[in-house]
Amino acid sequence: MLTCKQLTELVTEYLEGRMSLADRIRFQLHIGMCRHCRAYLRQMRQTIRTLGKLPDEPVPPEVLEDLLRRFRSWKPTQDR
Amino acid sequence: MRKQRAEALQPLAAGDDAALVARLRAGDEAAFTALVTRHHGALVKLALAFVPSRAVAEEVVQETWMAILESIARFEGRSSLKTWIFRILTNRARTRGAREGRSVPFSSLQDEGRAEEAVDPARFTPAGMWANPPRRWDADTPEELLSRAETRALIEQAIETLPSMQRAVVTLRDVAGWGSDEVCKVLELSETNQRVLLHRARSKLRAALERCVEHR
Repeated sequence: MLTCKQLTELVTEYLEGRMSLADRIRFQLHIGMCRHCRAYLRQMRQTIRTLGKLPDEPVPPEVLEDLLRRFRSWKPTQDR
Repeated sequence: MRKQRAEALQPLAAGDDAALVARLRAGDEAAFTALVTRHHGALVKLALAFVPSRAVAEEVVQETWMAILESIARFEGRSSLKTWIFRILTNRARTRGAREGRSVPFSSLQDEGRAEEAVDPARFTPAGMWANPPRRWDADTPEELLSRAETRALIEQAIETLPSMQRAVVTLRDVAGWGSDEVCKVLELSETNQRVLLHRARSKLRAALERCVEHR
C-alpha cells in the first residue's frame, strides 16, 4: 500500500503518463481513498495550469527595431 | 494575449519550417518579425536560467538571433527550427553564464536531481500519512491566482530561486507549454532526468503557491 508521502513523490510520473499499469492502479486506488492526496494532486494540477498562464513577455519595440536593422544589413551579404 | 499573438502568426504557424527558412533567406522582414515575436519571450526566460541578470539574458538572446541569421543557410531541417533556435540559445547562455561566474557544469545535474523531498517531511506521520494535509484551493482558478500582483510576483520569484536546470525544464514545460521530447532535445537531457528535474521544480512551486494561497 502506497503511503501519502510516497504518493507525493510519484505525482509527476503519474501526470507524465510514465507509470506501469500496476503502479498506476496503486496510485489511483490511493487517490480514490485519500482526500488529502486528492487535494494534493489537484493543487499540483492547479500549479501547472497557473504556470502556463503567466503573462508572456512582449519583445520590447526597441529590441525588435534593432534586430530588424541588423536583419536588413544582413540581407545583402546573402544576395552575393 | 497569447491567443491574439498566435492568430497574428497564422501565416507562419503551419509548422512548415522549410517555407519559413526560405522566407528568411530571401530577406523577408515579416517572417523575421513573426519569428522573433513568437520566440523572444521564451528565449529570454530560458536564458535567465543560466545567466545572472535580465540585461545579460537580453544580450544573449540578441546574439542568438544574429547567430541564427548567420547560420540559417546551414539549417538542414534535421531538427525543428524551434529546437534548433533554442539549442543555439542554450549553448550561448550556458557559456555566458559560466563566464559571468554563474557556472552551470553538467555535473550540477546530479546535484539538482539528488534526493529532495517533494513535501516537507514534517507534514507526514512517521507512517507516511498526512499529519498536516494540503487544503483545497477550489475557489482559485489560475486566472484568479494570477490576478493578484503579489501572487504573480511570488511565483516568478520562486521560479528565479530554482537551480538552473530545474528552472530551464519547468520554464519550457509548464510556462511555455512544450512537450517533454522537445525539452529533452533542447537541454540535452534523458527523459528520466528531465522528469526528475520537472518533479523537483513543480513540487517547490506548488509549495510556494500553497504558502501564498494560505497566508493571505
